[in-house]
This record gives sequence, structure tokens and C-alpha cells, in this order.
Amino acid sequence: MDKMPKWADVALIPFLNLLIAFVLSGLVILAIGENPIKALQMMISGALGSSYGWGYTLYYATNFIFTGLAVSIAFKAAMFNIGGEGQAMIGGLGVALVCLYIPFPHWSVALLVAMAGGAIFGAAWAIIPAYLQARRGSHVVITTIMFNFIAASVLNYMLVNVLRVKGSMDPASGRFPETTHLPTLHDILAPLGISFSRAAPVNVSLFIALIACVVVYLLLWRSRLGYEIRAFGLSPDASVYAGISPFKIIMIAMILSGGLSGMMSINNTMGEAERLVLNSVEGAGFIGIAVALMGRNHPFGVLLAALLFGFLYQGGSELSLWTKIPRELVIVIQALVILFTGALDNMVRGPVERIFINYAKRRAG
Amino acid sequence: MTDAPKVGQQETVAPAIELRGISKAFGPVQANKDISISVQPGTIHGIIGENGAGKSTLMSILYGFYKADEGQIFIHGNETQIPDSQAAIAAGIGMVFQHFKLVENFSVLENVILGVEDGPMLRPSLSKARKSLKSLAEEYELHVDPDALIEDLGVGVLQRVEILKALYREADILILDEPTGVLTPAEADHLFRILNGLRDQGKTIILITHKLREIMEITDTVSVMRRGEMTATVKTKDTNPEHLAELMVGRKVLLRVDKVPAKPGEKILEIEDLRMVDDHGVERLKGISLNVQAGEILGIAGVSGNGQSQLLEVLGGYAKATGDIRINGQHLDLSGSRSDARSRRARGIAHVPEDRQEHGLIMEFPAWQNMVFGYHHAPEYQKNKLLMDNAKMLEVAQDKMDRFDVRPPNPHLAAKSFSGGNQQKIVVAREIERHPDLLLVGQPTRGVDIGAIEFIHRQIIDLRDQGKAVLLVSVELEEILSLSDRIAVMFDGHIMGERLPDQTDERELGLMMAGVTGKGDVA
Amino acid sequence: MDFATIIQIADSALRLATPLLLACLAGLFSERAGIFDIGLEGKILASAFFSAAVAASTGSVWLGLIAGVASSLAFSGVHGVASITFQGNQLISGVALNFLASGITILIGTAWFSLGGRTPSLSGGQRFSPVDLPFADAVANVPVLGPIYSDLLSGHTILVYVALLMVPLSWFVLYRTRFGLRLRAVGENPAAVDTAGVSVIRLRYASMAIAGVLCGLAGVYLATGLAAGFVKEMSAGRGFIALAALIFARWRPWNALYATLLFGLLEAIANRYQNIDLGAFVLPVQFMQALPYILTVIILAGFGGTAVAPKAGGQPYVKER
Repeated sequence: MDKMPKWADVALIPFLNLLIAFVLSGLVILAIGENPIKALQMMISGALGSSYGWGYTLYYATNFIFTGLAVSIAFKAAMFNIGGEGQAMIGGLGVALVCLYIPFPHWSVALLVAMAGGAIFGAAWAIIPAYLQARRGSHVVITTIMFNFIAASVLNYMLVNVLRVKGSMDPASGRFPETTHLPTLHDILAPLGISFSRAAPVNVSLFIALIACVVVYLLLWRSRLGYEIRAFGLSPDASVYAGISPFKIIMIAMILSGGLSGMMSINNTMGEAERLVLNSVEGAGFIGIAVALMGRNHPFGVLLAALLFGFLYQGGSELSLWTKIPRELVIVIQALVILFTGALDNMVRGPVERIFINYAKRRAG
Repeated sequence: MTDAPKVGQQETVAPAIELRGISKAFGPVQANKDISISVQPGTIHGIIGENGAGKSTLMSILYGFYKADEGQIFIHGNETQIPDSQAAIAAGIGMVFQHFKLVENFSVLENVILGVEDGPMLRPSLSKARKSLKSLAEEYELHVDPDALIEDLGVGVLQRVEILKALYREADILILDEPTGVLTPAEADHLFRILNGLRDQGKTIILITHKLREIMEITDTVSVMRRGEMTATVKTKDTNPEHLAELMVGRKVLLRVDKVPAKPGEKILEIEDLRMVDDHGVERLKGISLNVQAGEILGIAGVSGNGQSQLLEVLGGYAKATGDIRINGQHLDLSGSRSDARSRRARGIAHVPEDRQEHGLIMEFPAWQNMVFGYHHAPEYQKNKLLMDNAKMLEVAQDKMDRFDVRPPNPHLAAKSFSGGNQQKIVVAREIERHPDLLLVGQPTRGVDIGAIEFIHRQIIDLRDQGKAVLLVSVELEEILSLSDRIAVMFDGHIMGERLPDQTDERELGLMMAGVTGKGDVA
Repeated sequence: MDFATIIQIADSALRLATPLLLACLAGLFSERAGIFDIGLEGKILASAFFSAAVAASTGSVWLGLIAGVASSLAFSGVHGVASITFQGNQLISGVALNFLASGITILIGTAWFSLGGRTPSLSGGQRFSPVDLPFADAVANVPVLGPIYSDLLSGHTILVYVALLMVPLSWFVLYRTRFGLRLRAVGENPAAVDTAGVSVIRLRYASMAIAGVLCGLAGVYLATGLAAGFVKEMSAGRGFIALAALIFARWRPWNALYATLLFGLLEAIANRYQNIDLGAFVLPVQFMQALPYILTVIILAGFGGTAVAPKAGGQPYVKER
């Protein structure tokens, strides 16, 4: 007998976790002398009140779908990949090199090659921590954190010494050629007669992200590899008994994870900035952790959680324009979501389970 | 049983321990139901029952690990609350757990004083403990080097350290939970001498076990538990093993399994000079040679930790080794680099592992996914090149669960929701139904209820009768003796010798398990 | 490189090693009790902010110290509740606390000082001032030993000496006291401690409290000793480097001193020499900045020998049935 119905596990508990995180964030806003209700209203109107707002919300959500899926796949293999941030940075480098140095006839070809470039670079950045974990037992959590710092230095070096436009003081690459510019949602919807904000950066990458959700779902729950990844994540010892190679699973899961993080760059670097800049990832790699935890490591959950964080991100930006509340509010919310869904899960789960058990008892007796 | 059971005549001395009406439930499971028991000081009281009968829960309540839902505890006639281990220690209760509670990288001395240091500084406590260990050693035959590190000591010695810990805490009631599980018969005899000595000094001892022999040999009184209830308390001298066994399981048990004589055929498995060194650099297999023929069950007897697990690991394909293994005459790759459990299965080796929860099953996976575990590459479970055929897997699982009487027969239930016996049936169904040439079986009935034991034994014998080879590893001598057609005894990574079950007995096997070579090996 | 330069670099290494050492010892107490503490970074950051903020507002560095340590203790408390009481995932809890520190310091800092997350620069009584050791002036001219004593060892703030004193003190507490015995036991085999009648929970909370205080001091030193005020993300991965040093040090106090001094030295060299010209090629500044992290990975990869962590590390203690 399960202690509570499945819907409570997948919906009610994340909702309660989120509620607590929001209430606490509200108290923080109150403490710095702002009105949390007004702040929420401002976030909603800023993020969802116009197609411009929606455009940004979906743009951010696209980033978070990639990084959320990335963290989820690694989680399923019992790897806690905190390196999404660095993998996305290096992935951005891959996308930039592809866009800058390969002449493309059409954006669609450019997109496919850039996806590969971002994924390969991101995956490469995950391979060393993966190998060290699989072969030498070095904890992947700490090595991936270190690789985030190292990635920042690598990117800095590449932008300052290699990719910087001559004569410019700005550590950024030159603009990508016209043929690599991705169509935005405005461009896609206009022929259908639907008007959408021209200024919003949401672009065709959103659909790639949605496809990624489906592919990851099929991979994890319908394929042999997914079966092996899930089995390994739940019990490495039993997996060895079943002929599943831990080395193979660790490497593959981390490569997929790093690849997805790196692929995020088709959205921010190729789709939005259209050049490589220093802080293009903007913490999306870290938000992936919160998204994966909230989404219960399931692609559909990740999608919903990514939308939520897209909303928070865009709403938070609006907020910082009009109030004293800085954008970093989102980091606080993200931290609280990770804390309550990831580490303090039992705090909410315990009482909820007891309520359901008592309810079941009363109905039975 | 409502009244506290009285043993023999009215005693004038208050019982050392008396429990009245103890009940404890874990969620819907009633682990202890209205248990009453009374133990006289200066006696050895046995508590016997099958795995899962509630013995350990009862003792955990006595030691303050769990709080009983109902009931009272009296120590020397005084009602005592035992909310935690501290209170149990204060009440004079010492506990020797089945799995030792020792800090591995500490010395014996440090383990002994842990929790009962005399002050904030360690030095004085250590020197005081050193003196009292010396006198305890002389008094009770408990000799241990106080400065030895725990990780360097053998199990027999570790058990003595646990007893010393209890005595150092001035326990006068000592509870031992399955103390002989990891001991050779000789070490067990040594333990019993120590326990007798403690009783003679007036200590009260409670011995929890599922082995009838121990009860008969050392206890004064014995209580039988079954499914959370105390079914009887009798004087040991007034009872016999058959009667106790019946009380334990609630009906007559067949200690021997019915089977026709084996008709051994060709050699399926041949092992020559197999050697294996583990991750810590310890040689665990020291030149094993043996073979198993088609249509026979070879039983490997031995105290756990003498290399049997490693032998299964090497055969199952997840440990490197040197030497030679042939299956149907073909050499197996033992290097570990190009061979794994998957390739072993492809060679017709199926494996019921020793620990089904750690190895045989993914506890969070539903039964249907566990039914293909290890065989998930099999063509019949694939829908196309990329995806697996979930519907087919469900169908196969449902069919096997029905035929193997897995209860409840619901393939969507997670493995962890099944009882031990039903979990084991899932594993056995999965492995046997692949019609392997060789079946490896480790501890097939550990933590499995009697009904499932008979069923699983039947399946193993049926497989043998179909002309397949079976390699059985078990620490239960009774199981080895009743199932095997041939018995090999392992000790310290060696095969001590082989015997035929009808030409040997527990005594001889026990000596071999302790490393004493017998004469007249089966050639 | 002349002797004076060496002394200067060594002096700078000692300063830079101080927050690492305090954080490393914090991690040592935590992990020896069986609790992974990825959140050292966040605790340093929170403490750095609150110490600087309170010192700036009140003018007293001592009040700043109290505020810094208190904030670090609060973070430790949350980590304890998550990983001890509710048996949550210690890594996730640590990660969450790191983000919390990142966000909340900027959030509160912006609202408090309107400097975009910085605190005002600290000066005078808002900072810890250098302490001259006895006879520092008198022996300054003695060759070799003189400069070592008066320039390298003397003239640091009180927290540097506190950090150095913490090394023998930690050793003594761990290996010579009842508390230390129990603490080490609880990180190896909590069941042994529990059955011996000692509260696992209380011991682990105690270790969290010690870690909180030590990490707090690291943050206080960072903002009021090493630097003069708080800037965004000023911990800059020091908590993670301290963790690496802890592994390098095999969870032993004296080794922790040597490991953190090594990392301090690296940072000092990187600070002093931007691009290092090796003749054949030039090591770019970015490489020097990344060096501590690269070194950490190399150490983690076990090229400094394999390390055996406390056995019960990372596992919440659940009584078995």
C-alpha cells in the first residue's frame, strides 16, 4: 500500500513546497520595505500581461527546459550535475565558433550544426568530471562546481584574447552573420495572421526545447538505455548484477546532461544575443537544478517548472526596473525552491502523509 | 495470551525482566501483538521464531529503539520506562546486535568507553577501561587486545568486544540477537562457554535465534514467537526440536525435501584453480577447483565470508579473477574487461543473487520492470530498434506472477511493496524461466517464509530434474543437506573437501567449515 | 626574486589562507560528524555581508563579527534541520544555501545601502586592525629571522592568529576529548554511537554549530580583515576550495593548515604576477585565476593519493528496523 495517492506526490507536495518558498520570499520582500502583493501583481503583468512579456517568459523558459532536462537526466543516473552553468558557457563557445566560422546558406542548416556544436562542447565539458567520477571516484558535485569556475576563465580568455572584435573594449565576439539569425516567434506567427511582439527574443529554439522534452521522455521511459540509467540511479550494485556497466551509464548520462546544457546556447547566444558575450548563461544552469527538482525529474514536470521560472525571471526583471527589488530576488526564490523541494521535502511530506493515512484509516474504520 | 506466563512454580525472586502486554505496529503491520514474557535472573532464556516473527522488534523495544504502543516493562520488579538506549543501559540492559555496532577505525578500548567516558578528557577513561578490561577478560574468558583496531579483527573477536562493551557498562541483563549467524561451529561453542560463565556469575541472558540446536543446547527456558505473537513459553528440558519447530511455523514441517535421486550428466561447469583478489587487495578465492554436472545440485557450505559470495560474483560476471572456468566446455573471459553479467547470461548462466534487495531487484521499480531485469536486452522485449515493448513485458510479468503464485499478483506494484518471500519468487521466476544451463543460487531462502521456502526449493529441484546444473550457496546447513546432491565446503577461500549428503552430517561439515580437514574426500 | 619579495608573497599567502583555513576546519568538524557541507561557500558569503553591513552601520567591527557569525550559524541551523532532522539530501541542502546566500546578500544589501549590493568601504574601527606581536620592531633588523617574525608573522589582524590557534585546538578537541571521540564516531558509524546511548542528533547539531562559528569567522575576516567591505559574490569559490583542501588534508587539522597555506600561496602568486612569462609561452592571467580550481580537480582525481572520507558522510541517520 502506498502512503498517499500518486497525484499528491507529483502535484500536491511540489505545490506546497513552492507555496512555502513563495511565502518566505514574500516575507523577505516585506522585510526590505516593499509590498509583496504589489510585487506579485507587477510580476504577473510584466511577465504575462503582454505578448512582449510572454515572449521573454517563454525565452527564459526555453533556457530552463534545456538545463532542467540536463540536470534531470544526470539525477536519474544518481549524478548531481551542478556544472550546467559551465557546460552552457562552453556550449555557447561551440555555438559561437560554428556561427562565426562556417558560412551557412540558411538558418535551418545553421541551427542543426549549431545544436551539434553546442551539444558537443557542452558534453565535452562534462566528460572530465564524469570520467573522474566513474574511474577515480572523485565526487562529481565538487568537480562540476570547479569546472564552472574554470569554464568562466576559459570563456574570458577566448573572448578577450581570441574572439574579441579588434579595437573593441567589450569582451564579446563579433556579430553572427545574417544567415544564422533564428526566426523569432513573431516571424513564425506572422504568416498565420497572429501578431506577436517583435521585440521579444523567444525564437524557434522553443520548439527544439519542446522536442527535447519528448525525446528525453522516450529515452528515459521507453528505451533500453533509459531503463539502464534509471536502474543504475536507483541501485548501482543491482545494476552491475544485471550486466549494466556503471562506467558506461555515468559517462552517457553526463554526456547527455552536458550536451543538453550546451544546446541551451542556440537560444541565448544564437537566438537572442546573436554574438557571444561573457555572462550569456545568466545562471540558467543553476536554475536547472531548481527546475529539475520541482519537476520531479520528469520532462513534463520540467516543462511546467521551466515555465514557472521563466515567469519568475521575466517578472523579476520587470520588478527590478520599477522597484528597489533587484533581479537577484529570483535567486532567493530559486534557493528556497531547491531547499524545500530538494532537501526539506520530508518536512512537508511527513505531515501530508499522515493526513492521508489518517483519512484512509477513518474511511476504513 | 493475557496473563504473564509463569515458568515452573511460583518464584520468590522478582524476574529480571518482565514484559506485560507489549504491542507495536508499523503502519498497518502489527510487529508485536500483546507480548508477555518473564525471565528469571541467572538464567538463559531463548526466543525463537522465523525471520519476521517480531523478535528483533521486541528486543529493540527493550533497548529503547522503539517505543511500544502498549504494555509495560518491569526490570527486577520495578516498572521501567525505556525511551532511549541511555535508559536501557541505565537499567542494566546490554545488547549485542546481529550487525555489530562498532567504529571500525577506533581501537577496542575506544569502542568500549564510547558513551560511558568518565569525564570530558579521554586519557583517564582510557586507562581506567584498560584495567577493567583486563579483569573482565580473566573473569569471563574474554581475551581481546585493547589496542587492536576493530577493522583488523575477526568476527568472533568483534562479538567478544560487543560483550565486553555491555559488561563494561555493568549490564546484568544481556541480549544477544542471532549471535551465531557469522560464527563457525567452534566459535559458537566458545561463545556458549562464555555465556554459561556469565550465567554462573548471576547474569541474565536473552538469546534470540532461529536455530533450534542452539536453543536446545544452552537455554533454560524458551519462548516461541510467530507472526508477532508469543505462542508459547516452556522449559527447554520439557520440549524437543520437532515440537518447537511446529510451534514456530504453526504446522508440521518437512525438514527434508522429497526428491528423486539425481541423474548427473555431462559437466556443465568446470572451474580450475580460480583465484580472486578483492578491491582491498585481499585474496578471497585461493585456487578453487570444482565442477557441476547437468542434472545435479552442488551445494557450497560454509560460514558466510569465506569466499562463497566472491565465487558467485566471478561466475555471475562482475568480479575479475584468474584461473579457468568452462561452461559447456567453452572458456569464460575472467579479465573483467570484456565480460560482464550480460555476456554470462548469454552463455546460459542465470543467477539468483544472495541479496535480492541489494542486487536482485530494483526496489522502486514495479514488478513488471523487475521481471526483465538483466534480460532487458532480450529481443522479445523490444518493440523496434529504439524502444522497448512495455505491453509485452507487462504480459510476461503477469503470466509469471500467476504461475509462481506471487502475491499480490499485481505487476504494477513496486518490488519494495512485496514481502520477502514474494520478492524472492519474482527473482526466481525471472531466472529459472530463462531455462539456463547453469543456475547460480545464493541463500535462496534467507528472510523467506516457510511456505515460499518449500515452493522455491521445489522449483530448484524441478530445474535439476530437467537436466540443468545448479550451484547452490547457503549458510544454512540444513538447506544444503536437504537440497544438494553433492556438497563442497568452503573455508578461507579454499574448498576444504566434498561430501555426499547421505554420507556426512552437520558435525563433520561443521568441522570442515571451521577449517579442519576431514579424511576420505570424495574424489 | 629577492628575499623581501618572498616575505611579501608569504605574508600575502598567510592572509589569503586564513579564510580558507577557518572554512576548512568548519568543514572538518561537519564532515567528521558525517555531514557533507557544500554550503561552506554560502556561509562565508552571508557572514561576510552581515559583518560588513553591521560594521558599516554601527561603526563597530566587533558587532559586525557577532552579526557575521550569527548569520553563518543560522545557515548552519537550516542545514542541520534539513540534513539531520528531516534527513534530506545534504548536497542539495548545501547547494540551496549557497544560492540563498548569493541572492539574499544582494537583495538586502541593495535595499540597505543602495550601492547595487556592495556595502560602503570600511575604515578605522569598522575593520580589524593589525596586531603587532611583542618585540616585532626590536627584532626587525635581525637577518632572515627578523623579517620572518616582524613582517611575515607579526602585523596581522587578530583573526589570523585565531585561525592559526584553531589548528592545535581542533586537534586537541578531536583526539583528546570525550566530545571529539563521539564526534569522530558519529561520522564513522552513527549506529554505534546511538546504541551506546549518545544522541546522534545532538552531536551532529553540535558539529553544525562549530562549523557555523568557524565559517562565520572566515566570512568576517574576508570582509573586515582581508578586504574593506563587502562586494557581490566576494567569497569567489573559497568555500569550495576549502572543501578541496579538506579532502587533500584527509580530514586532519594539521594537514588542513598545510593544505590551505598551499592554496593561499597559489592565490598570492596569481595576484602578484598577472601573466607569467615562462619563456616558451606565457601563462595568461585567466589561467592563474583558474589554477586553484584546476588544482582542486587534480587533487580530487586522487593524484595526491587516495583519501578515505568518514564512512557515514552524507548519509542521514535512520534507525534500522
